Amino acid sequence: MITAGVDVGSISAKAAVMKDNSILKACVILTGYNAQNAGKQVFDMVLSELGMKASQIEKIVATGYGRNSITYADKAVTEITCHAAGANFLNPEVRSIIDIGGQDSKAIVIDERGKVKDFAMNDKCAAGTGRFLEVMARALEVDLDAFGELSLSADHIASISSLCTVFAESEVISLISKGEKRENIIAGIHASIGARVMAMGKRIGISAPIMMTGGVAKNIGVVKALEGKFNTSILVSENAQVNGAIGAAIIAASLN
Amino acid sequence: MTSPENKTDVKPDTKKDPDKEKRKIKSDKKMREIMTAYYIEAKTPKEQTGKKIAWITSGGPVEPLQVMDVIPIYPENYGAMIGASKMGVELCEKSEEMGYSSDLCSYARADIASSTVNGGPIGGLPEPDMLICCNNICGTVLKWYEVQARYYNVPLFILDTPICHTEFNSDMKRYVVTQIQEYISFLEKICGKPFDYDRMNEVGALSIRGQALWQEILDTTMNRPAPMTCFDAFFHLAMIVTLRGTQTAVDYYESLLAEMKERIAEGIGMLPHEKYRLVWDNLPIWYRLRWLSNKFTDRSACLVADTYTSGWCSSMKYLDENDFLGSMAEMYTRIFLNSGTDIMADNIIKMVEKYEADGVVFHSNRSCKPYSLGQYDMQKLIQKKVGIPTLMIEADMVDERMFSESQVETRIDAFIEMLK
Repeated sequence: MITAGVDVGSISAKAAVMKDNSILKACVILTGYNAQNAGKQVFDMVLSELGMKASQIEKIVATGYGRNSITYADKAVTEITCHAAGANFLNPEVRSIIDIGGQDSKAIVIDERGKVKDFAMNDKCAAGTGRFLEVMARALEVDLDAFGELSLSADHIASISSLCTVFAESEVISLISKGEKRENIIAGIHASIGARVMAMGKRIGISAPIMMTGGVAKNIGVVKALEGKFNTSILVSENAQVNGAIGAAIIAASLN
Repeated sequence: MTSPENKTDVKPDTKKDPDKEKRKIKSDKKMREIMTAYYIEAKTPKEQTGKKIAWITSGGPVEPLQVMDVIPIYPENYGAMIGASKMGVELCEKSEEMGYSSDLCSYARADIASSTVNGGPIGGLPEPDMLICCNNICGTVLKWYEVQARYYNVPLFILDTPICHTEFNSDMKRYVVTQIQEYISFLEKICGKPFDYDRMNEVGALSIRGQALWQEILDTTMNRPAPMTCFDAFFHLAMIVTLRGTQTAVDYYESLLAEMKERIAEGIGMLPHEKYRLVWDNLPIWYRLRWLSNKFTDRSACLVADTYTSGWCSSMKYLDENDFLGSMAEMYTRIFLNSGTDIMADNIIKMVEKYEADGVVFHSNRSCKPYSLGQYDMQKLIQKKVGIPTLMIEADMVDERMFSESQVETRIDAFIEMLK
């Protein structure tokens, strides 16, 4: 059975096509202004890369913030449930997930079948999200992709205490003006994300093995900060960013 | 609290759906009429009614006011009306201009601002002759009522009810009973007439009857399908709050109860399909009642009970019909909001069992700290003791700026997916 999952997030749109239990292809594009268009484009993209037609896809599940705007999908399912299904597929041992995406961060506890037992989401605030990192990258004039590696060469972790993105940005600016090293500031930014996510995770009883999913998982600095906070290693799949789309495609296979 | 304005966001159907018509509660109309009459009387010039007006907190002892023929007015009820009419943001912003912090309760902010501009859906509340503040619901009311006492230059009576973390003892009882005696002296002085203790017995009996009827109405949702949801309870609640201790409330609730029993007999549920049964905790999100109700209805989830509307009858068990005044101290001190977290959690667990709920929805209400403070602990206790999923929605009862639609929608959806 060939199925697809389309995950339209606040920053990026992802699509994955699966055949039975294997991933055929996954694509990522920026969501931009129009979520509905992005959902269409990323789906067309994955199909054209596979040389397939839409009619060959038997079932489609949409997820992410734009899930209800994907008119061609058979069903809309939240990214919480999809990330759980995706993580369970990538590694059935996983019992907890930290998903940090563009506009929110989530901690999810799952059972052995990949069913959600409990979850917690950040409050209506950008702190500890992908958007938070984007703002910081701009303030520091560093390419976001370099954030992870740079933070690993920090000689100490600068303190960022504010929970608010805007206030944290002004803290960063004042650290810059005090001559603090960029690497140390970035390490401080990652530590502040780690602290926020830890509070959420502890609240719902997060337990190892923990997998990190979502676009921010590509940032090794955040992963290391979380490993330090939770005092355990954190699994990151190369498919972390498209995990929600994979989970959606898996759920699609179970639709009647 | 609720109001006749609660359903102002209901658009009249151009084409009437017979199934929807069948599910509508017919008593709604009567309720609106009674509440309108109540506010019309309150807003009529005092020279015509000859009645004084007291503003009183939602958990305050209203019965002695009824005895003295004083019209009780509830700024919190008006706060709910302001919220339901989506006028909250404007008034909250006004209060912030006046110098009040946005971290304060949005009922307090809306009321304080409304006084200065005659704001809200009925153009402001009638001016008070006195203020009655009971801190069994929160601490904010003390400062809020002090502000209003200065603004209107009227006397303020404060009834201090110690928090019952685990128990209510004889010292607490003596402390509150003494204040109730002071309360009566305060009323006698302001009204310039003696307190009628015989009339107190009559009002007390009506209060008990009203509370018992309200509990019976709420309990009709034990039936499957539930003839109403907590969204209906939020609306019909206004009567037990504002007209507690009156024949009007008793008569109305008798007819509402009869309608609920009829619905049960005919198998009419509020939802076309009732698959999940949920309990709601905390105040309603007034400006999103219809949106929330639709979200849950579309997902076949029926909110069968809530900790909020049952708050006006849950401590009825401490009342003594033969000594209303004496037992009132205990009843008003032991309301669930004035209890410890364990008691509050236990209250929810009992509701889950009684109404056979599949999950609990918590509204973490930015305005109401005493209501929201222990919710994370309660979530854990519920999961441990009854093992059912819980959902946390972060919002505010009146201030729409604290509501994020897509975040709330995702949480509700994910929660329903967990129930499956």
